[in-house]
Amino acid sequence: MASKAADVIGTQPLLPQPWVVSEVTRETDDVVTLTMDPGSGAAPMVFRPGQFNMLYAFGVGEVPISISGDPAHEAQLIHTLRAVGFVTRALCALQPGDLIGVRGPYGSHWPIEQHAGRDIVLVAGGIGLAPLRPAIYHILSHRDRYGEVALLYGARKPDELLFPDEFDAWRKAGIQVEITVDNADACWEGRVGVVTTLIRHGRFERTAASAFMCGPEVMMRFAAQELENQGVTPDKVFVSMERNMKCAIGLCGHCQLGPEFICTDGAVFALPRVQRLMTIREL
Amino acid sequence: MKDLVTLVAEHPFFEDLAPAHLALVVGCAQMAVYKKNDYLFKYGDDAAYFFLLRYGRVALELTGPGADSFRFQTVGAGEVLGWSWLFPPHQSQFDARVIEDARVIRFDGKCLRAKCDSDPVLGYDLMKRFAQVMVRRFADTRLQLIDVYGKQGR
Amino acid sequence: MGPKRDASAFILPVARLDELFAALRSRGYACVGPTVRDAAIVYGDIEHSADLPRGWTDDHAPGSYRIKRRSDNAYFGYVVGPHAWKKYLFTPERRLWQLQRAGAKWERTDPPVEVQKYAFIGVRACEIAALQIQDRIFTGGQFVEPNYAATRREVFVVSVNCTQSASTCFCVSMDTGPEVRGGSDLTLTEILQPEHCFVVRADSERGDEVLASLDLDCARSEHSHAAAVGVDHARRQSRRLETAGLKDLLRRNSESPQWQDIASRCLSCANCTLACPTCFCSSVEDVSDLSGDHAERWQRWDSCFNPDFSYMHGGEVRRTTAARYRQWMTHKLSTWFDQFGSSGCVGCGRCISWCPVGIDITEEARKMREAEGVQS
Repeated sequence: MASKAADVIGTQPLLPQPWVVSEVTRETDDVVTLTMDPGSGAAPMVFRPGQFNMLYAFGVGEVPISISGDPAHEAQLIHTLRAVGFVTRALCALQPGDLIGVRGPYGSHWPIEQHAGRDIVLVAGGIGLAPLRPAIYHILSHRDRYGEVALLYGARKPDELLFPDEFDAWRKAGIQVEITVDNADACWEGRVGVVTTLIRHGRFERTAASAFMCGPEVMMRFAAQELENQGVTPDKVFVSMERNMKCAIGLCGHCQLGPEFICTDGAVFALPRVQRLMTIREL
Repeated sequence: MKDLVTLVAEHPFFEDLAPAHLALVVGCAQMAVYKKNDYLFKYGDDAAYFFLLRYGRVALELTGPGADSFRFQTVGAGEVLGWSWLFPPHQSQFDARVIEDARVIRFDGKCLRAKCDSDPVLGYDLMKRFAQVMVRRFADTRLQLIDVYGKQGR
Repeated sequence: MGPKRDASAFILPVARLDELFAALRSRGYACVGPTVRDAAIVYGDIEHSADLPRGWTDDHAPGSYRIKRRSDNAYFGYVVGPHAWKKYLFTPERRLWQLQRAGAKWERTDPPVEVQKYAFIGVRACEIAALQIQDRIFTGGQFVEPNYAATRREVFVVSVNCTQSASTCFCVSMDTGPEVRGGSDLTLTEILQPEHCFVVRADSERGDEVLASLDLDCARSEHSHAAAVGVDHARRQSRRLETAGLKDLLRRNSESPQWQDIASRCLSCANCTLACPTCFCSSVEDVSDLSGDHAERWQRWDSCFNPDFSYMHGGEVRRTTAARYRQWMTHKLSTWFDQFGSSGCVGCGRCISWCPVGIDITEEARKMREAEGVQS
């Protein structure tokens, strides 16, 4: 039998929900951290480290941005984003009290819980520290579950480092925080050099370590190679990938990387799944 | 306190060095301590030494008129600094300034070159070790050159 | 669309074709199907049998499509046109939502959308395969496209067995046609002998119900025989796509010089993706009015041949036509298996006919296979 004529089409999965921006923190020249609360009556967001949301600037557009806050603090949602296009510029210009559209959380997560008992190496490049910060918070809350933990973080210049105010607290909690920048003037007393050099000198047990990486793809390729040189096998390495994304729910086709949909299969992948794909030009 | 032979043997740069060669290189080595803002060498100096860093950090810098010095690399504990001693005209190509008090093992280049010339097996071994360092440096420099964190994205 | 049933065939005389449309309309269906417009056979509203392309056929070749008169009055005497049924389910352009900013609130202002009940008239076997592929994409995964799902559930499929093939058809090699096997409510085979009529079979409960209401005579053996001969005729296809090992062939050939060769011909025009009945990529555009308080999101068909498709900050990932064609063909014939468990190609040949420079996916696959043979 044909069903009744006037069914109404249900919830639109691409409809953003309004959240209220409660705090805007300028991290660097072009990077901003937005703290937001659920709109009145709306539920807080439960997410796992490494997941992302689609953030919408009213009337302007929508972009995928990883969550950079603490997964244990559900009442607040925190995103750190860089103003590179017109949507991210509009989002970075939001003020406390403004509404921001959110839908998510989407995608896979850092398998941090499955790797309890091991040494953890977090390799971050540039804005790539933001998607790793929820994993750092998770480790801080469960420090005794992990062996050595090393954050190896590379940025372009000293004033482009994210979250420098937190490094001391992380160190006190037993995380090695090793920083390097690509170039600097004489005021900088830290390391200068690429992030791969940190991998050579990081303090962790090579065969008992799992690595989580986020940064530019070229950087991750070199870092993956260095990790392998050091004895960390690719199956213990996880990377967060990025591509153009419109829907975030595996339907629009934009974010394909070979057989993978970055939005639903990723953004976090075990390295062997994408290692070959990362070497194919213009894929 | 450990003696010089042990310290040289324990440094990653000389990992698995043959005992006979170890004795030869230690003959050209001495311990040294540098304070913050000391220079290990400056641009244009005779490249008389190379250094194994045991503690501390050294910045490699280039300076031009009217500009702050440009710091393009730092070298830390466990690393080696200086290969100009190996190649004519044996001149330093940049400034090496200490930014964290450094304890180093300093090798006399002229002394070591003479030993390499008379013992080519030692010379080849040393050349391989320095070549590996250079290859890594070049790879790192390439990565710096493409400015991966820049606005262009990679 | 239940399990395949034992066929019991009936005869629908051409003079009674309009009764079928009336029966569907009375059940709330809007009939859509083939009609002649702009020198092509396209899918549009069908009020009665006169809207169908009676007496028309089509000539296909790489880069070429022409309709021409037949010597008879067959209603379904053509193969496929530039349209695919996806346009009714996954519409080329659609507003997803409207929001009005009122103080500290956003209010959704779009009216509720009622599900349109369609009867698809004249669906070919390859097109059913395409619909089933898009069903898996839009309704078979973790996330469901609600508009597609709701509309698709109501579709009444009146399929037509092919009794002829075009030079561009290769459904036999893709195992998707020319005979309808499932996925249909009513299945017609148009025969011209012993008299011009349709052999009709019901393939679902709702098909049964409509068929019963028409009160048709049973088909005689000469009708069934003529229908079988017609379908056999359509099975004779010269074009084929060798599917054995095809998935791995493309996976291995991501760096083949052949992509450059194709790129020297491909215009990156996106015609193949628009004509393809399985291509599903879309983009969204967010717009606002001048006040800035009213915002809408529109979804539009997109194509992996568009430069912006792969845009990330810093530039497009697929800058060259070679990379875009590789993406399309590799997706269609290889990575589609990883994603959706089947090939993305149903062998309808549209991408061949509507490619302005006549690039032929079957030929390119063959050349790639040959090039490997030469190398090894």
